[in-house]
Amino acid sequence: MPSVRIPTPLRKLTADQDEVNVSASNISGLIEELENQYPGIKARLCDESGEVRRFINLYVNNEDIRFLDGKETALNDADIVSIIPAIAGGF
Amino acid sequence: MSFVKGLKCKECGETYPKEALHVCEICFGPLEAAYDYEGIKGALSREVIESRDHNIWRYKELLPIDKEPTVGLKVGHTPLIRAHNLGKALGVSEIYIKNDGVCFPTLSFKDRVVSVALSKAKEFGYDTAACASTGNLANSVAALSRAANLKNYIFIPYDLEQAKIVGTTVYGATLIGINGAYDDVNRLCSEVAGKFGWAFVNINMRPYYAEGSKSLAFEVMEQLGWRSPKHFVVPMASGSLLTKVWKAIKEFEMIGLVEETGTKIYGAQAKGCSPITTALKNKWEIFKPVKPDTIAKSLAIGTPADGFYAMQVMNESGGWGEDVTDQEIIDGIKLLAETEGIFTETAGGVTIAVTKKLIEQGVLPKDESIVVAITGNGLKTQEAIANDVSQPHLIDANLEEFEELYDRLNNENQGGSEHAVSTHSNTA
Repeated sequence: MPSVRIPTPLRKLTADQDEVNVSASNISGLIEELENQYPGIKARLCDESGEVRRFINLYVNNEDIRFLDGKETALNDADIVSIIPAIAGGF
Repeated sequence: MSFVKGLKCKECGETYPKEALHVCEICFGPLEAAYDYEGIKGALSREVIESRDHNIWRYKELLPIDKEPTVGLKVGHTPLIRAHNLGKALGVSEIYIKNDGVCFPTLSFKDRVVSVALSKAKEFGYDTAACASTGNLANSVAALSRAANLKNYIFIPYDLEQAKIVGTTVYGATLIGINGAYDDVNRLCSEVAGKFGWAFVNINMRPYYAEGSKSLAFEVMEQLGWRSPKHFVVPMASGSLLTKVWKAIKEFEMIGLVEETGTKIYGAQAKGCSPITTALKNKWEIFKPVKPDTIAKSLAIGTPADGFYAMQVMNESGGWGEDVTDQEIIDGIKLLAETEGIFTETAGGVTIAVTKKLIEQGVLPKDESIVVAITGNGLKTQEAIANDVSQPHLIDANLEEFEELYDRLNNENQGGSEHAVSTHSNTA
């Protein structure tokens, strides 16, 4: 199963786990499955229209999904998904 | 006495206490310091500011600290130069250079933000500072954390300019080079910050850190004789500085320190990393991240954290944004050096070249005040232009040889004019 790294602001929903395993074949499915296991998490990740929020970046094996296939990006068992707040960094 | 009420989400307005926190728990929006402006209005006047030392802390009521500052007490107050020669070259009547290339102690505007971030980190009781950096920030965190007796961990992309590496390790810093671009460094650091209890100046300390940028614009307004310029050109990497220049102007207007003049803000990027200007020009709601490829490494952020807000500021203020090629960046560095005697780094080359382009496009008018923010020093990025500047003329220590050279140079400069020829014949 792909594993998902949970950022600090979401750990209250995952009982403080910083990494969880979720069975899914792509990013959309992963978000749904996360919601099943940790109710409330989808609303934090996605806006009302179901799109990933503007200030969240998702990475599969360290690559931004916007450089892959977005929410349709396929997932394999050994993949690591990172959820990272977009607000960081400066020059 | 502090006028900082707490942190507030820029997106949904949720409020938080003053903690080392940078992301809204509800919507992931950025947190920003919120002030009691009524209180500040009563406490801060032109006279109060003018009575204080020349550094960023003369505006301390508008910076997010609760106690007296402890780090970077001499930072700031860089020159604002009326650039007559540059103005002539560009065909504009009133242009100024805000030269943060001579900011103390590490020659970039990053000393401003790091002073605020580390003063706050000391208030919070941290003993370790950290950052993700494209170079200038690394230099500043290394120097100022050492002076503040803080340990440090500094993360950079592996391929930075030599001067930015030496300018970090010389302070005995723990420097970690990452195999990847800045955006990889930044992503890793977000994860490191979640695991290690450090003061990451541009991650968990970001709401405090970013506020330090305002001091650049506060100084410009004071140096202009308590007025804001009509046009302000600012380089963009994360886009944070641009949004803070705007915020600073709005704050001075709100408190009554300057009159409202409707300053327009313009953002500058390198073509090889222009996610913000590309989105602006295409009227996109959000920007597309890019993989940077430019000599302007200090601006090479492909996933700019404040890109969205930077676009908003350019639109709302009535300004605009542009991007320039690597060759235009080099020409920009040389133009500023040859007209004003100021050697800026590649980021400054971007800002000058974009200013030139906007003037040529008629976007920047020729007869109104323009301020150009130069944020770093050219000595740090010499590799970028080493092949584009002339080499020394080598001769023996011999007067005849020098005279020959002198004649040759005169001939070159004057196209073999009579004066050069006669000099030659007189001395032969």
